[in-house]
Amino acid sequence: MSMLESIRSVMRRDEVFEFLVPDTPPDLDLTHGIILYLEGINVSFDGFKAINDLNLYIDDGELRCIIGPNGAGKTTMMDIITGKTRADSGSAWFGQHINLLKMDEPEIAAAGIGRKFQKPTVFEHHPVIENLELAMGGDKGVWTTLTARLNGEQRDRIDEILTIIGLQEQHNKQAGSLSHGQKQWLEIGMLLIQNPKLLLVDEPAAGMTHQEMERTAELLTSLAGNHTVIVVEHDMDFVRSIAKKVSVLHQGSVLAEGTMDDIQNDQRVIEVYLGS
Amino acid sequence: MILLKLLKSDRSGTFMLALLLLTTLVVPICNLLLPESSSLHISTYTMTLLGKYLCYALLAVAVDLVWGYLGILSLGHGAFFALGGYAMGMYLMRQIGSRGTYGHPVLPDFMVFLNWQELPWFWHGFNWFWFAMLMVVLVPGLLALVFGWLAFRSRVTGVYLSIMTQALTYALLLAFFRNEMGFGGNNGLTDFKDILGFSLQSDHTRAGLFIASATALGLGYLSCLYITRSRLGRVCTAIRDQEDRTRFTGYRVEHFKLWIFTFSAMLAGIAGALYVPQAGIINPGEFAPLASIEIVIWVAVGGRATLYGAVAGALMVNYAKSYLTAAMPDAWLFALGGLFVLVTLLLPRGVTGLLRKKEVTR
Repeated sequence: MSMLESIRSVMRRDEVFEFLVPDTPPDLDLTHGIILYLEGINVSFDGFKAINDLNLYIDDGELRCIIGPNGAGKTTMMDIITGKTRADSGSAWFGQHINLLKMDEPEIAAAGIGRKFQKPTVFEHHPVIENLELAMGGDKGVWTTLTARLNGEQRDRIDEILTIIGLQEQHNKQAGSLSHGQKQWLEIGMLLIQNPKLLLVDEPAAGMTHQEMERTAELLTSLAGNHTVIVVEHDMDFVRSIAKKVSVLHQGSVLAEGTMDDIQNDQRVIEVYLGS
Repeated sequence: MILLKLLKSDRSGTFMLALLLLTTLVVPICNLLLPESSSLHISTYTMTLLGKYLCYALLAVAVDLVWGYLGILSLGHGAFFALGGYAMGMYLMRQIGSRGTYGHPVLPDFMVFLNWQELPWFWHGFNWFWFAMLMVVLVPGLLALVFGWLAFRSRVTGVYLSIMTQALTYALLLAFFRNEMGFGGNNGLTDFKDILGFSLQSDHTRAGLFIASATALGLGYLSCLYITRSRLGRVCTAIRDQEDRTRFTGYRVEHFKLWIFTFSAMLAGIAGALYVPQAGIINPGEFAPLASIEIVIWVAVGGRATLYGAVAGALMVNYAKSYLTAAMPDAWLFALGGLFVLVTLLLPRGVTGLLRKKEVTR
């Protein structure tokens, strides 16, 4: 912008200065029915290409499973979507208007993307109910949290989530003393209470007993529809029990996409998993 | 109302505050009203010593807030303490007026000695008490704000951050040692005469300073208690335990760290300001890295993540220090090091951890 133009824009006082306009992301626009666009994404770490021209589209309300051998770039992909890792090139859009590559983690979380880690990460020194309180949506600034109190509506919301994840009885227990499966559910509950549109769930079934796994599968399928859920998982039985559509990642890009049956009969997928 | 609720949530702390209130009443009475022949008389020396301990306790509370609750191991809090102390020292220097050795009406003795002709710009304003008190909180607060903004924004954590805080206080130590800085070089600021017109030598002024220290500790304690019991406090412990999770939950971790760190630095500054008139001197030695490490040891001994533990730790270790440096001057550093090792190995939750049967880390 030339000097003259800059001066003109500063002198124009029928609108506020540009830097004073709050930098809020636009509302989520789902007019085309697609909630997440990843296009031509590349990421490399010290020359190693973790993500290589990745293209992935997720429909609104879908439950998508992502599988792939170790090092295929599944976790890196989640890191890019949630703002933890910067992409070298490509674009990532949440709905039609929200550019994820320009936002950091708290902004992305506020825009409506929740993430569950591979290892269950809950606030171990806090009771279950406080874990949910901390995760609850709303203003998360320093000053508002200093004086924040739970109101009745928020309490009801916490109760509702406790029912969904089945931890009503444990609500006053320290999160650190929960079993592995319960921690996983609590973490999913912490995502839910933020009212996210898109849930990224990294290996929810890892280390679970068979019953726990069934309950998790039920929980995730019940979430799809209202929320869009992306599940990264190793356990094929688990994937088969929940997935309608599966994407296979290999060496940082999508190798195949389709129903579980299609995938299992795909020659390239068999090669990747079993070796030629 | 809020106060009652707060105190109810912290029984041991309430007990400690009650004890503090009692001390605040009894010590000055025993010093001022009882004759020296009485067995209950408390000497001015003892009262001043206790007053200094209370300043240390406030400093320990400030460190516990960032270390115990937020997980930032600051090894440079002595710097904020010393800066607050210097701000107070500058006020006290200006109060000397023409009573200095050289009798200059404006310039402090060390400036006359260095052949300076006029007051450096940063000494202006310190003849007013309110201005000096403002600087007591603003200077440490600003330093913490700038330092924290740079460090937390770049996500420096853990050991690296601790080393940076050590470097910060060491850099200030070297700077303040220089005569050209205009803070009295290695002699620091001393030979104070009076504060707000009251002679620092009089018992009444000393009693006043003691009460002020106790009040500052009480208020500082309550404000930290208020923070740790609010949702803000819960976010802090969440950051301490799972920083990434907190970030993905939508909290701006760096903002939380920055404000708590700055608040803590301000508390440390107040502690320093109250310490200086009672100690009678402030010199660059307060910036020494070792001094900052000692503060961390007080908190560790008392039990971190309990505010009353920090107070108890500061009092115990400093009492031991006063005793040992008099009885066996060479043994003190060994005792301090040994104490730290023992506490880390045997009492990870500090002395107050012994009193608590079940886990109460909230």
